Amino acid sequence: MKKTLFATIAATALLASGALAEGKVTVITSFPDSMTGPIEAAFEAAHPQYDLEVLNKKTSAGVKYIQETAGDNTSDIFWASAPDAFEVLKSDGLLAGVTIRSEGIPERIGAYPLNDPDGKYFGFAGAGYGIMWNERYLKANGLEPAREWQDLAKAEYHGHVGMSAPSRSGTTHLTVETLLQGEGWDDGWAQWKRIAGNFASVTERSFGVPDGVNTGNFGLGIVIDFFGFSSKASGFPVDFAYPTVTALVPANVGVVSDAPNEAGAVAFIEYLLTPEGQSVLLDPAIMRLPVNPATYANAPEGFPNPFEDSTIGATVEFDVDKSGARYNLVNSMFDVMITYRLDDLRAAVGAIQAAEAALADSDNAEAKAMIDEAWALIDANPIDEAQSLDPEFAGIFTKKRKKATDEVGARQAEVEQSWDAMVVANYAKARELAEKAAGM
Amino acid sequence: MSQNASSPAPSRAGLADVLPRWLVPNLSGIHLVAIFIALLLIGLLLVPVAQVMVVAFQDPATGAATLQNFIDFFSTALFRESFWNSFYVSAMSVVVATVIALPLAYITTRFHFSGSILIQSLGFIPLIMPPFVGAVAMQLIFGRNGSVNLLLRDHFGFDIPFMEGLNGVILVQSIHYFPFILINLSTSLRNIDRSMEEAAQNLGSHGLRLFKRIVFPLAMPGYIAGAALVFIKVFDDLGTPLLLNVNNMLAPQAFLRISSIGISDPMGYVISVILVVFSILSLWTSFLFMRGKDYATVQKGGGGMAKRVLKPAEKAVAYGVVIFILLLVLSPHIGLLLLSFGTIWSYAPLPDAYTLQNYVTMWEGSKTFILNTVLYAGIAATLDVIIGTAIAYIVLRTNIFGRKALDYLATAALAVPGVVLGIGYLRTFHGIDVPFADKPMASWWVIIALALMIRRLPYALRACTAALQQVSHALEEAAESLGATKRRTIQKIVVPLMTGGILAGFVTSFATAAVELSATIMLVSSNNDAPLAYGIYLFMQTPSGRGAGAALGIVAVIVVAVGTIASQIIIERDKKLKSSGGEH
Repeated sequence: MKKTLFATIAATALLASGALAEGKVTVITSFPDSMTGPIEAAFEAAHPQYDLEVLNKKTSAGVKYIQETAGDNTSDIFWASAPDAFEVLKSDGLLAGVTIRSEGIPERIGAYPLNDPDGKYFGFAGAGYGIMWNERYLKANGLEPAREWQDLAKAEYHGHVGMSAPSRSGTTHLTVETLLQGEGWDDGWAQWKRIAGNFASVTERSFGVPDGVNTGNFGLGIVIDFFGFSSKASGFPVDFAYPTVTALVPANVGVVSDAPNEAGAVAFIEYLLTPEGQSVLLDPAIMRLPVNPATYANAPEGFPNPFEDSTIGATVEFDVDKSGARYNLVNSMFDVMITYRLDDLRAAVGAIQAAEAALADSDNAEAKAMIDEAWALIDANPIDEAQSLDPEFAGIFTKKRKKATDEVGARQAEVEQSWDAMVVANYAKARELAEKAAGM
Repeated sequence: MSQNASSPAPSRAGLADVLPRWLVPNLSGIHLVAIFIALLLIGLLLVPVAQVMVVAFQDPATGAATLQNFIDFFSTALFRESFWNSFYVSAMSVVVATVIALPLAYITTRFHFSGSILIQSLGFIPLIMPPFVGAVAMQLIFGRNGSVNLLLRDHFGFDIPFMEGLNGVILVQSIHYFPFILINLSTSLRNIDRSMEEAAQNLGSHGLRLFKRIVFPLAMPGYIAGAALVFIKVFDDLGTPLLLNVNNMLAPQAFLRISSIGISDPMGYVISVILVVFSILSLWTSFLFMRGKDYATVQKGGGGMAKRVLKPAEKAVAYGVVIFILLLVLSPHIGLLLLSFGTIWSYAPLPDAYTLQNYVTMWEGSKTFILNTVLYAGIAATLDVIIGTAIAYIVLRTNIFGRKALDYLATAALAVPGVVLGIGYLRTFHGIDVPFADKPMASWWVIIALALMIRRLPYALRACTAALQQVSHALEEAAESLGATKRRTIQKIVVPLMTGGILAGFVTSFATAAVELSATIMLVSSNNDAPLAYGIYLFMQTPSGRGAGAALGIVAVIVVAVGTIASQIIIERDKKLKSSGGEH
């Protein structure tokens, strides 16, 4: 038995150290195999001198991997959705500035600038957030699909909605921030909390949402469009729609600093932006929005075209600087108010919805006032917009000390504890008020 | 068997047992082994983890050393609540897992029961829950709109929230981890000297009293080893709370805070430190519990407890209990099997149609993953039992300074989140090149195997320790007084007597290493080096890959199950050899 083991070890060691192709391009990506596979095949067919080595890691793991291996970098390309992951790498100086030649690529997709202004990373596909639903689930529960974000806050959807947390998924973060910018800070948060009051769960990964809708674990999910399209294309009884207020955001690609094969990396990015490279995105298993408007001529019937259909993602003029200034703060607020206190929030919102139903035909002014008060308690935010944009306050959540002597005021744990105390008390009070009102 | 320290050995132990331990000199070889293991643990566990966790002791504003973060931890309501939730869930999981494991272990070791091997092997399979697929399968069977609840609602108009909140976590954890108790308890029961039981019976004890007073106390080392593992593992486990989206527990809080992009909040690392410290404390408590008791029995030839033939009515009850428990604990795997053969499975008790396509998709390009997994998990588990046996021997049989520290250090690996170990390895080994090859050690496949070895060492160690606790000193002393050297005694007496426990440790380590993901995903630097869990992860990233991912999950289960059944057969054969050789 020992001999066999050693033989296996030796054999695998040989396999593992197999010959490396001359033009190996190592790509760190969060994209699934079903997306990278066709693109890899098309690229290698067009440029046979290169061999693409695709390493799939979660976005956060990919960022950590590049950060930790920077001293002796072995990766050429970072390829992922979330622009914030690229911002983190860029601010650490881990992305190389390269010149990419391409034709016919516009400056913006929707209202979002397509490329990094400093030329460190490049948009190659678009994606927008929307609502995905399971037809069988909705039918069994006698529900209609929700079309707008505010529909998801209606009482009939209580316990039927799923979403990921912005701290877990960069694209979810953009959805949260888009609504905050589109509706304003206070109204935006109020709407998120009222929607969250209907959540079945906050999933740990962004793929958990389409997965939950596909299996019918919950009925509706807030997801990025290609999850909806590709789930439908795989045969699940699901569908997807864009609400009016949504942001189209680019999925990005960039060259890692000190790349072992920078020429190959540039060739790959240039290929991605060619008409051939772009048309691979229309593959039913990929279904991302190409950034080259000409590619849409070959798109299947009913495929959304953001360059012609101005309703997709045009409503909100997305302010990148504003978003960047409070990035971690917004994540932390969402987690404190929603993710970690979902049970309390759900119970409170459920109680208010029940009270409203009970009082629908009554004109008890006192009870109505109590319900308004309860909603106000749910809506209340620990900080206002001005404070969220105060660099000193937002700095507590980033802790990027430029010099060792820089002092950052309070600690994140302290701030979060005070927020937590506030929302827990508010949710409990709101529930109490609603239950009292319902009994009147 | 006696319960106090003053007369440690059974009455038939003889003179050798009365000799004080210090009369037997220790060989310096053992000291060398101890030093080697200590260096290994320091290099592969302590240093990498310290590189990451040092953040917990730094002031986030100034970088100066501080304990302020720990004060923050205890003054935060959310963390206090998470701590209590984790504790409650772990304790309750031990209780529920015991309820599941005890009848299985008892029935299979106590009675002539056809299919004992099957139960011992199948009862082990829940441990092999491949990431993601297991989660999806569980939701499909027991979820809010899983098969069971859909059927209940259609036919009876109510449903049961199996998978909601803390109770859901307790259910899933118990189903997942009860094999730790089953394996260790069964091994212990097998090692009980029949003469103990006969002596009790001669004195008039029988039935439940016999079990309570004699059998269960004698099996205590195995039970405690299993229960401690379940407790610590559940306390530190991440996957299940995340799958059920329960965030208010310690391990998910640590994970969510560590793995967010670009966030440098130290609280995630503070929680990790607290997890490690608490795990060591739990282990220490289990040592305290065992202290002053001796569980060793001299007679190994008895072949375990007397087996009884069941009466027909008893047999029916036994079958009923066993089948019910097996159905419950194997339901995730039944779900996985359905998923792997199903086309679309959405909001329905069963898939819409069945196909082999998932296996075809899976097979293309997954062969390397399977080979790699067998290799990595094989290396990891082999090293684990070697080191585990050595540590167990050093702790229980020598007076080497700091021997307990080895045990605590190795067990602490249980509480180190995989992602922390992964980052630590990247940080420690990326700067060092592999000898004779121009590439960083962090991207060498051996590092993945070593990471798995460290992560699964505690399982093997507990099993080996329990096995050694049941071997009487008297046997070794007898061998030595007959002129055997220490080395020869270990080779010819100690290790053979520990075989069952060592195999149990090997199987546990192998099975769980085969489906590990959190550390490996950080360390995989080339698809050719990736293990199977990573392949499942690749599939499970897309809606269309769910079936193929499940198919690969089934392959993982089969690979591990074959290994398990093989070692079960070895144990059984070993037992037969023992009983035939030890005729009395």
